[in-house]
Amino acid sequence: MSVSTSRGAPFASGPADGGLDPAARSGYADHPPRVGFFTDTSVCIGCKACEVACKEWNAVPEDGLELTGMSYDNTVGLGASTWRHVAFIEQPVVAAASTPAPAAAEGVRWLMASDVCKHCTESACLDVCPTGALFRTEFGTVVVQDDVCNGCGYCVGACPFGVIARREEDGQAHKCTLCYDRLGAGMEPACAKACPTESIQFGPLDELRERAALRVADLRAGGQAQAQLYLDDPDDGIGGGGAFFLLLDEPEVYGLPPDPVVTTRDLPNIWKHVGLAAAGLAATGIALGLGRRSG
Amino acid sequence: MTQVENGQPDRAPGREGRGGRRRRRDDALMVPDAEFTSYYGRPVIKEPAWGVPDVPGYLFLGGLAGASSVLAAGAQVSGYGELARVAKVGALGAISLSAVALVHDLGRPERFVNMLRVFKPSSPMSVGSWLLAAYGPVAGAAAVSDLTGILPAAGTAATLGAGLLGPGIATYTAALICDTAVPGWHEAHREMPYLFAGSASCAAAGLGLLTLPPAAARPARTLATLAAPAELVAKRLLLRRLGDIAEPYETGRPGRLLRAAELLTVGGLAGAVLGRRNRAVSALAGASLLAASALTRFGVFEAGLATARDPKYTIIPQRRRRDRRGMN
Repeated sequence: MSVSTSRGAPFASGPADGGLDPAARSGYADHPPRVGFFTDTSVCIGCKACEVACKEWNAVPEDGLELTGMSYDNTVGLGASTWRHVAFIEQPVVAAASTPAPAAAEGVRWLMASDVCKHCTESACLDVCPTGALFRTEFGTVVVQDDVCNGCGYCVGACPFGVIARREEDGQAHKCTLCYDRLGAGMEPACAKACPTESIQFGPLDELRERAALRVADLRAGGQAQAQLYLDDPDDGIGGGGAFFLLLDEPEVYGLPPDPVVTTRDLPNIWKHVGLAAAGLAATGIALGLGRRSG
Repeated sequence: MTQVENGQPDRAPGREGRGGRRRRRDDALMVPDAEFTSYYGRPVIKEPAWGVPDVPGYLFLGGLAGASSVLAAGAQVSGYGELARVAKVGALGAISLSAVALVHDLGRPERFVNMLRVFKPSSPMSVGSWLLAAYGPVAGAAAVSDLTGILPAAGTAATLGAGLLGPGIATYTAALICDTAVPGWHEAHREMPYLFAGSASCAAAGLGLLTLPPAAARPARTLATLAAPAELVAKRLLLRRLGDIAEPYETGRPGRLLRAAELLTVGGLAGAVLGRRNRAVSALAGASLLAASALTRFGVFEAGLATARDPKYTIIPQRRRRDRRGMN
């Protein structure tokens, strides 16, 4: 046994970090730049090549073949055997009351978005994993070690995005590895490689953030007032995502939480109250011991 | 220029006009009715992979064990030998069953020992595993020494040691469930440890009252009279804190479990006080308190799962927080 935090800080994977990236904070002295995904949903065409490429490369088993009736989405959501998920949203579009619009612009607008593990800077799954099966890689990503996970399921309820899940067949937790094996060989992840429209962009996180800021500014200037970046901000509730998104509507429309906060931010406070409650119980025990038996 | 119409109920799939409609006792705490959008009504977070009855059963048994060890130490020092023995044996039995439940709940039970691969304060499950690893043998030694009379001095030391570790065993499970993304647990993290400490104490007191004549179970009665009101108050504060998210705690199956638990707690408290000279009343009170503790844990557990299953409990509070901050 080692008194380690499996490459995490003692209380959480990233309280105020003084500008250190997660890999450095996790103890990697000399490491490659942090990489991630920028998923620009404005150019997603819903082809699901990312879903297929991910399954093929990572040998992820079949995850159900039902028709859901949820537009073209029969994948439903991320899970133990679904590491990329394309969401389909059909929205009625109406002309703005003040400005008469060409009739062709009315009707339905399609939102399509490829969801994936966010590889959070402050990662709840990593924090709560009791075995050290989940760890931070030198690329700043979060990966499960299949030979260590004992299927306790703690990560499943801890993830604020509902990404990681336990697979029935082997009883273990699984999620996107950001193609850790491909990164090691200097290749980009399979989903990004397969994406025909560059909706999924892979690269050093710093560069992706710059690119995303330009893109969202362009879209807004072009009249897409609701275009917004999601999880790009290092000051948000998860310290920013290693995978972040450009969305054309509010996050919850895509099934994403509007303001996720990593649960372990409250853990010091939780332990404080546990400590006080335990102290109260111990004091009660002492009080019971002081009462002498009479008769 | 066209725009996507905002704020229309039919705008996006899964836009439901429900959420937080129920009247609550205190209108000042009511949050305004909220419309919210979701993706086809799908949950945002995953329901924890923890099974029923394994995990809620463990919450109950772990509490019973931890608080029983506290009661055993108190009873032993104050000269209530029979009660101390019952509590020690109860603690050993409960913690043994807990261990079985915990291992059984793992996806890969044969790898349970991986729990002791690292020590991580950021993981309440890791902390709990180490606590259990320390507590189990000590509680076992205390019970075995008491039953067999072997090594009485070591037995007393083990009794006190288990009494010291017991409060941790009884309360860390609150951290375990609150340190998740489950709204109905996480948002209750300031009150849950006190609720669990109270519930665990009621269970331990209940075991003593159930198995011993009133005169021999006096410390158990004292514990019940302290713990039951504390638990009831903690639960009230918890529900108040949760506001809209408290809905599953008050409705449906978990609501029924928790209401039954409350009635049994109140009845058990009354019986413990009134039955100080009546064995039957005292025993009935003990059984009520034990049952109440189990129902409380199952109720809290299932209420949490319900808040994970319905996206409104995740989305509405976060949307409100985000709007208040003026993001977008």
